[in-house]
Amino acid sequence: MRGWLRQDGRKGIRNVLVVAYLVECAHHVARAIAERHDGGDVQLIGFPGCYPNDYAQMMMERLCCHPNVGAVLLVSLGCESFARGRLLEVVRASGRPASLLVIQEAGGTRSTIERGRAWVQAALPVLAAMPTTDLAPGELVVGTICGGSDGTSGLTANPAIGRAFDRLIAAGAAGIFEETGELIGCEGHMASRAATPELAAEIVATVEKAARYYTTLGHGSFAVGNADGGLTTQEEKSMGAYAKSGASPIVGLLKPGDQPVGGGLYLLDVVPDGEVRFGFPNISDNAEIVELIACGAHVILFSTGRGSVVGSAISPVIKVCANPDTYRRLPDDMDIDAGRILEGRADLDTVGAEIAGLVEAVASGEPTCSEALGHQEFILTYKSFTPAGPACLPARAR
Amino acid sequence: MTAAAPVLLLAPEDNVLIAVADLPIGHRVSDGQREIVLREAVPLGHKLARHPILAGAKIIKYGAAIGSATRAIAEGEWVHLHNLASDYLATPVLEGSPVSPDEDHVA
Repeated sequence: MRGWLRQDGRKGIRNVLVVAYLVECAHHVARAIAERHDGGDVQLIGFPGCYPNDYAQMMMERLCCHPNVGAVLLVSLGCESFARGRLLEVVRASGRPASLLVIQEAGGTRSTIERGRAWVQAALPVLAAMPTTDLAPGELVVGTICGGSDGTSGLTANPAIGRAFDRLIAAGAAGIFEETGELIGCEGHMASRAATPELAAEIVATVEKAARYYTTLGHGSFAVGNADGGLTTQEEKSMGAYAKSGASPIVGLLKPGDQPVGGGLYLLDVVPDGEVRFGFPNISDNAEIVELIACGAHVILFSTGRGSVVGSAISPVIKVCANPDTYRRLPDDMDIDAGRILEGRADLDTVGAEIAGLVEAVASGEPTCSEALGHQEFILTYKSFTPAGPACLPARAR
Repeated sequence: MTAAAPVLLLAPEDNVLIAVADLPIGHRVSDGQREIVLREAVPLGHKLARHPILAGAKIIKYGAAIGSATRAIAEGEWVHLHNLASDYLATPVLEGSPVSPDEDHVA
């Protein structure tokens, strides 16, 4: 594998120029700058809100300084409250080429688009000339998520991803799994896998927080239709999602934007702290993917049964299809056919090894299905978190 | 792995197997070591008992407890809402949904 070495010591598996709008009012201009380039080397991200939010500010800083990002163009309307100067400063301090265009100061839509396109044209050859260096499996951060799940997800794709996680983590990589709201009933099992008793207590508390949050929203994880597919209990459904985590010890609990401290398995807490504000924790799968990427994930393993087609800006998404019928219906969108386990054509270990192998190939530059199809979904909304306590990352405390 | 595997054993310590096809009563399946005869039809994605299970015993799937048996379960029996309950939350059930093996439960 090869990667681009960044100033902070991390290496990227892609070298993307990101165009970032800092309020919805700058979205059109930013899109017009980015859309000239459909090769995947220029990507659009942004935050739509006008009011300030510490979480969104932090997320944009982490995303613009993600190892897969080589250069950043910020597009601001001018009167929104996003701290654009601070973001520009953080990106420049990271050693990346960066610029800021403020539409109200640059002469409006047409003039800002022209300036933005000129900056991108000048930056692309700089990116292309950046040297690459060797990348070891132990330098990778891999995230996992499930979406568009069905009764097969917990039988094939999720446990196969768990086997892939075991292999990647044994090679020194960091693996991140998430959605504590979907892990209700697994907290005792997770606690038994925690590296320290203090971390175990934090994991139990974070699942209890998720249970309270979803209860307040009146939104349970177990749908009546789940029983038709063979699921009997909440903890059984949770175990199906939890199977993505494999069997490695849990070495840390992250909040969005926190970076893993070395290799090993991490749980990401995506449920906000404090009283319920701003609605659902994650309004769609891509909101969770963006949080995994903000934690430094180079690549995402996405398990789907019914057939999600999404990709993401910044980091490639590998689609692991749980259901053999879905795979036959959506072959162009699916990277891995885990449903063949149901048809006796492979076992979990074989598919797990195949997924781990594809992670290395993608990290070496091979495009995933969603990358080849041009998927670059991105969504970032309002949230609030308090910082994770020292017990959440035992390796950092040492 | 030549013929289609009709059941999955997700972890070695599990006391249930998962049907990967709609399986009829009397069907013989293997957990890799022994043969088990289905005492009733088990639909795709549903569970069947790998061993006799005592009332009150934990049902183990993925190597973890997914609830407790509400009555004794015989080897080869379908395991679902009629004989397994969550240790956490009652499972929501639609009125009219089949919860016992006497009713039509094949999807």
